[in-house]
Amino acid sequence: MKDSLAFEIVVVGAGPAGLAAACTASERARSVAIVDDNPAPGGQIWRGEARTPWIERARSSPVQLLTETQVVASPGEPALLAARGDRPVEIRYEKLILATGARERFLPFPGWTRPNVLGAGGLQALVKGGMPIAGKRVIVAGSGPLLLAVAAYLRRQGAKIAMVAEQASRGAVLKFARTVARSPSKLMQTLGLMRDLAGVPYRTGCWPVEAAQGEVKFRRGGRTWSEPCDYLACGFGLVPNTELAALLGCTSQDGFVAVDSRQQTTQPGVYCAGEPTGIGGAGLAIVEGRIAGYSATGRPDEARRLFAERDRGNRFRIKLQEAFRLRPELAALARPETIVCRCEDVSFGRIAEHRGWQAIKMQTRCGMGPCQARICGPAVDFLLGIPADSVRPPIFPVPAGLLAEDL
Amino acid sequence: MVEILVNGKVVRVAPGTTVAAAVLIAGEERFRHSVRGEPRGPLCGMGICFECCVTIDGRPNLRSCQMPCRDGMEVVTAVFNEG
Repeated sequence: MKDSLAFEIVVVGAGPAGLAAACTASERARSVAIVDDNPAPGGQIWRGEARTPWIERARSSPVQLLTETQVVASPGEPALLAARGDRPVEIRYEKLILATGARERFLPFPGWTRPNVLGAGGLQALVKGGMPIAGKRVIVAGSGPLLLAVAAYLRRQGAKIAMVAEQASRGAVLKFARTVARSPSKLMQTLGLMRDLAGVPYRTGCWPVEAAQGEVKFRRGGRTWSEPCDYLACGFGLVPNTELAALLGCTSQDGFVAVDSRQQTTQPGVYCAGEPTGIGGAGLAIVEGRIAGYSATGRPDEARRLFAERDRGNRFRIKLQEAFRLRPELAALARPETIVCRCEDVSFGRIAEHRGWQAIKMQTRCGMGPCQARICGPAVDFLLGIPADSVRPPIFPVPAGLLAEDL
Repeated sequence: MVEILVNGKVVRVAPGTTVAAAVLIAGEERFRHSVRGEPRGPLCGMGICFECCVTIDGRPNLRSCQMPCRDGMEVVTAVFNEG
């Protein structure tokens, strides 16, 4: 027998968008729950920070926090099926708000599967979870403002940051910096990071080309050289987690979940907020979460008052996207023998023989392992222009037997 | 402090430490072996990539980055699993 829970509003994801949505909805709704796979609320950006205002607000509200609870399927009715350890739990809802966040984009290059190569946000999350980093020589590489935040965090924890390598050009980064300088709060954030990173080389137009034990080869302006390091922390921007939205039948546009002005998806009663609708950072995620919370509880006027703030966030989102666009040279780093699908060890050469995602899956098993193409899918899309767009339940691997009653 | 076993070795960690961190504290960076036998360790740190899977209390393929250490846990990584 599985457990069964029912709420008026169910929010999936306890990051900035989900917390803001749940807190806002709880002002009016009879019952609100947030479901999240992680052991604590905060999402990736507030991981390990118990004192963030939105986390404190959620904790002092009637919102029920269901952590270590992974949504795996949607069994037809307005209900989700989740796994809590080995136990299945059915979570029924009247309105659903998806705030499933984003993950890092990883691009394959020779050596990227070595244990000393981690995600940028990935290494930060591990250190927040207690991984020792003091005294380790770390290079942070890839693309986006996250690299600076990660480098500053790791340095505060005692890591020696040898270099931050940003693939975007100097011109693009400087143009973006001027945008940031126009927003007082973002400028303050940046000045804090610059203080934390004083003396650390920030190389633009620079990217890793090969990782080996104890050293990583970089390229910049036609020059290639090796840098010694204990860890390479490497992420090429973020990709939205849209699997649950796709499973529920929500339409997506250019890889993001399509929403109307009230943050409602193409499925009535299903809302979406934060990174799945566009990579715009925590500020935009919070505004979208609040709008979704108001909309889901029948308060369109309150929602409308936040539209201007959301518009500002969206303008920033577009600048972010333009500045950190990935250069085509990065698609040439994978050699025929370089692994693209880490779950099934499928090399780039084998994948490149095929013309569509279904053929790639059927012929090579790329994307068929436990990550269900969350890592290799965005890589295949970048390398070959083939979107990995098939989603089927369960959207996360679950112990056999858990789904026996439902699928 | 919480006490767990990693490949038979006692590791004492602060409460809230993830199993992934405890494995690294134990000096082990090979969490699992890939299907071709390559050593792998954590990548995403957020429960998405399944590269940090280990055996915990006899249950295989658990994501160590999403799992807080609990007193008395027995963790086994690829090295001990597959020799």
